[in-house]
Amino acid sequence: MDKKYGIYICEGCGIGEAVDIEKLGDVAKEEGLPVKTCPILCGQAGVDLLKKDIADEGVNTLVIAACSRRVLYDVFRFDGCIVDRVNLREGVVWTHPRSKYPAPTEEQKDDDNFVDHVQLMAEDYLKMGMARVKKVELPEPYLLEALNKKILVIGGGISGISAAIDAAKIGYDVTIVEKEASLGGNAKRWRKQLPGAYPYEGLIAPVIETKINDLQNYPNITVRTETVVGRIAGEPGDFLVTLKKPGDRTEFDVPFPLPDEMKLDEKGQELDAEKMHEAFMEYNKGKQDILQLDPNGEKFGAVILAAGWRPYEPEEGEFAHLGYGQMADVVTNQQFEEIAAMGKIIRPSDGKEAKSVVFIQSPGQGDDKDFGYAGAVTSLVALKQAKYLREDYEDAKSYVFYQHMRAVGLTENFYKNIQQDPGIFLTKGEVTRVSTNGGNLIIEADNTLLGEKVQVKADMVVLGTGMVPVTADDPVINLAYRQGPGFRDNALFDDYADSNFICFPYETQRTGIYAAGAIRRSMTTEEAVEDASGAALKAIQCLESVNRGVSVHPRSGDMTFPDFFFQRCTQCKRCTEECPFGAIDDDEKGTPKPNPARCRRCGTCMGCCPERIINFCDYSIDSIGSMVKAIGVPSEDDYDEPPLRILGLICENDAYPALDIAALNRLSYSADVRFIPVRCLGSVNVIWIKDALAQGMDGVFLLGCKHGDDYQCHFVKGSELAEIRMKKIGDALASLALEEERVAQFQVAIDEYDKLPQIVDDFVASVEEMGPNPFKGF
Amino acid sequence: MTDEKAAPVSGSILVVGGGISGLTTALEAAEVGYEVFLVEKNPYLGGRVAQLNQYFPKLCPPTCGLEINFRRIKDNPRIKILTLSEVESVSGDPGNYDVAVKVNPRYVNENCTCCDACAEACQTEIDSEYDFGMQKIKGAYLPFEMAFPARYVVAPEIIGTSDATRAKEACKYDAVDLEMEAKTLNLNVGAIVWSTGWQPYDAANIDNLGFGQYPNIITNMMMERLAAPNGPTRGKILRPSDNKEPQSVAFVQCAGSRDENHLPYCSYICCMASLKQATYVRERYPDAKIYVFYIDLRTPGYRYERFYESIKEDENIFLIKGKVAEVSADSGNQNVTVVAENAVTGEKIHQEVEMVVLATGMQPTVATGKLPADLTYNDDGFIVNDFEKGGMFAAGCANKPADVVSSNQNATGMALKAIQTLVSR
Repeated sequence: MDKKYGIYICEGCGIGEAVDIEKLGDVAKEEGLPVKTCPILCGQAGVDLLKKDIADEGVNTLVIAACSRRVLYDVFRFDGCIVDRVNLREGVVWTHPRSKYPAPTEEQKDDDNFVDHVQLMAEDYLKMGMARVKKVELPEPYLLEALNKKILVIGGGISGISAAIDAAKIGYDVTIVEKEASLGGNAKRWRKQLPGAYPYEGLIAPVIETKINDLQNYPNITVRTETVVGRIAGEPGDFLVTLKKPGDRTEFDVPFPLPDEMKLDEKGQELDAEKMHEAFMEYNKGKQDILQLDPNGEKFGAVILAAGWRPYEPEEGEFAHLGYGQMADVVTNQQFEEIAAMGKIIRPSDGKEAKSVVFIQSPGQGDDKDFGYAGAVTSLVALKQAKYLREDYEDAKSYVFYQHMRAVGLTENFYKNIQQDPGIFLTKGEVTRVSTNGGNLIIEADNTLLGEKVQVKADMVVLGTGMVPVTADDPVINLAYRQGPGFRDNALFDDYADSNFICFPYETQRTGIYAAGAIRRSMTTEEAVEDASGAALKAIQCLESVNRGVSVHPRSGDMTFPDFFFQRCTQCKRCTEECPFGAIDDDEKGTPKPNPARCRRCGTCMGCCPERIINFCDYSIDSIGSMVKAIGVPSEDDYDEPPLRILGLICENDAYPALDIAALNRLSYSADVRFIPVRCLGSVNVIWIKDALAQGMDGVFLLGCKHGDDYQCHFVKGSELAEIRMKKIGDALASLALEEERVAQFQVAIDEYDKLPQIVDDFVASVEEMGPNPFKGF
Repeated sequence: MTDEKAAPVSGSILVVGGGISGLTTALEAAEVGYEVFLVEKNPYLGGRVAQLNQYFPKLCPPTCGLEINFRRIKDNPRIKILTLSEVESVSGDPGNYDVAVKVNPRYVNENCTCCDACAEACQTEIDSEYDFGMQKIKGAYLPFEMAFPARYVVAPEIIGTSDATRAKEACKYDAVDLEMEAKTLNLNVGAIVWSTGWQPYDAANIDNLGFGQYPNIITNMMMERLAAPNGPTRGKILRPSDNKEPQSVAFVQCAGSRDENHLPYCSYICCMASLKQATYVRERYPDAKIYVFYIDLRTPGYRYERFYESIKEDENIFLIKGKVAEVSADSGNQNVTVVAENAVTGEKIHQEVEMVVLATGMQPTVATGKLPADLTYNDDGFIVNDFEKGGMFAAGCANKPADVVSSNQNATGMALKAIQTLVSR
């Protein structure tokens, strides 16, 4: 695009009063760029001016020096134009009042030693905006050569079937793969099901048969039983899937990454790329590399992971105090369900009618925790199974010992319904021991609502064990990705294929693959069916986004994507390893193979690349680097006492809005800082920091999201990876005889705007203490 | 970020209610490629979560997710936002509904730059509904700092007064328009998602718990505002009677919930909310003692269990199984005595504390005012979904009490249900 520039300065909202607009305009004029000012640029006259210049003058590259880009986004959006928003209002005048940073008096105007902080700041930001627009281009979407819109559903249980039907209803082709010989999963083995709708009272017949039969109404759903995923290669819109019989071994079974210890040679040095690949192939003998395409593979566009759960299997000796494993009549809720599904409840030990059964919800031993993987479901299942007994025998007695009856939400109605049954006894209590006495079980409990110590005689005991997500045993999705076959960080989520985001529950670290049902957390059928609809929506949304060549969450609609300049790649593999979304694979030489449709556009690859060969068309090493270079660094040649210059690289998701809010509250911070928003701290390349220091800036800080187990980074790992990089840069600075403390990273939540001035000012003060950068002026 | 190739569209979707569920439904549908109208009665989006200080169990600010959602709206021309708006009537059938939406005047137009001059000029102060009346705000105001749309509002209370004129005159940008009138928009849409959310159950209805009688008994939603950095106490938790930093706080669980006289169901979130709020107090006052009176602690699932585990480790937090029977206050020091029976030991407890937080439950907003549409409600006022009929669906807490994660799951699914109605037309 031939750029025709236009620089526009707004004088409203206090900008005109605080800044010498004419002098500011000179900054643009010095670069030969046309500049116009306007009293209120967002007003009708201002917008008309912009539109006229675009239409009549052919201006297509605009620098709008006014307010934050977070506001008036629609007013200053001009299709087909590059627009940069220079934040004079929130970034300069609202946070740096003239009462604190006085304007020069008439005499001072001629005093070369007078530092006009506010003016310098405004001029720097304008220069930075002008530098940026020179280096960026309008995006063109990344489009797949051939887009496949078929959806693969892994798991033919209630969640998988529901998701398939939901997607098929709006015309998408769906294939369900089920590892067993028939559909239905766990649900088909139940006698009855919890109520799934208002009034949530009695038990209902399992809905699974109806759901399975409903599949016949959808010719666009294909069902493949006794089938599992060998591997999934490729990217959303173009996944290549190897399907196989369970237990079969094929060359397209997914390979696993080398364990860390195998990546080293005898001397403890990391193997070079080719040796590493050899070791990888040896480790995965009999399997093809991830980049080898399966000629018999099937194409899919998106995946719904609905592989569900398996019943918890107690280890040997586990729950021995409750008699499990020692007494045949102590069973898990799963085993009890199997008995119930076959007919009347009978004791496993002797086939005698079981007319009194104790249901235990917590393993006890001093703790009020439920059994592992319980959720609210096991409470409800105990109530359901207590009812089975009452259905079978008029004189039966069910006892439920719980610590916390977790009948959440409207399922409370079901709990209340159960409470009406005179044969069901419900009490809080800790079961301390289960023993036998002449063919009967004796259950002892402490601290119950019925008394301090209680003893119950029963025919059977049922342990309320939980629902283990199958991802605890196996990656299931078997992604042929260099980072490995499964979701990452599952340990954080107790092995569930869950998201860490409260606001965005479907977001996983693997684009185009959405979990549904009990694989994400223990849930009831009702919840699983609901969850399946959401997962189906996300799968469809991903397909349509890939179809338009735009990113999915959180940069939904972003058309840019990372572009690699391979000639200069040194095969260091950092991008492959650091991408939070596993979007990059590499070949046997270590050359990266990007998969743009897997990419979320955070720029972590750009940030980690030591050769700086990864860039986005509107966000690049050069565009940010040029902004850094545009910052004026006053030295003793300029002033007797030159002010410090400190660069702040700001996460645009949380920290940048927080700065805006600080400005709205007129909170003030040092005028020595210059901020550049970044997509994510993960995208911060150390070259920007080195450049800043090399040009004499006195310090650099990064401001971004909290990391750790409860990370708030929208790109999962960005802020954490940045912190690691900053630690490493410390060594480099030390070798330059610069203090490590000149570079720092701070974590801030979006609502901590009130703390920002302190964070900024404290850092500035610490730099001041170290003194100016000795490279200044060179 | 614009995009050209749109998905097949055959009609648009109306989402009523711009809280977290409505935002989710609207955005998820729009990002598939559908046109969405989002109608919100408040002057800002975000609903209840915009009033929360932190989410459980991550203790992260809701504005973080809201900001991303607002950015998604800004980047997506397919979503049309109507604030200060309410649906007046709905007629038609699935796939083809005629909807009348009343748009109330904001008295501030798109020229607003959030400069605050109108608020400065305004002398009248009104109760902040956003802060449950714990704070006064000017008659011309920005609902809260991160409000979206970022635009001031002139309260109807001051219209026709000299204050309104002052506000208008103070505005340099011609943004205050006192002539603005309510207008009705007629929309034709294919599907409607009702994400009308919830309201805190009116604690004044619970006679034995002293709300409204004693100043130092507050609700859990008020506690969120006290703890919020932008709240009436700038994030300090101070008890209302004397602005003292409370050194002991009692949480009364199931204040209204699981009670046939009030809300017969479980409100899902209050146990986790109180445990979360216990951390608010503990973070600010390291020696404060906290007493939680509960029937059951409903913290299901690995995340909530883990959070509960961490609470149990705190030696200053006492968890007592027992329903609170009554409360009384000392007219001198204004402390409150909570009376409960420990359900396990049978011991009668009289616990004096400096402040009491009632974990009031969640009532569907539409329980106290039915919607102008052919919908089915359960006895408690939650909307019952009829997927066979299709066309109109309830999402989030309009449908059942739920936490934010479940609401968002549900709301994402309802976006698909709405699309199904459009496609099968």
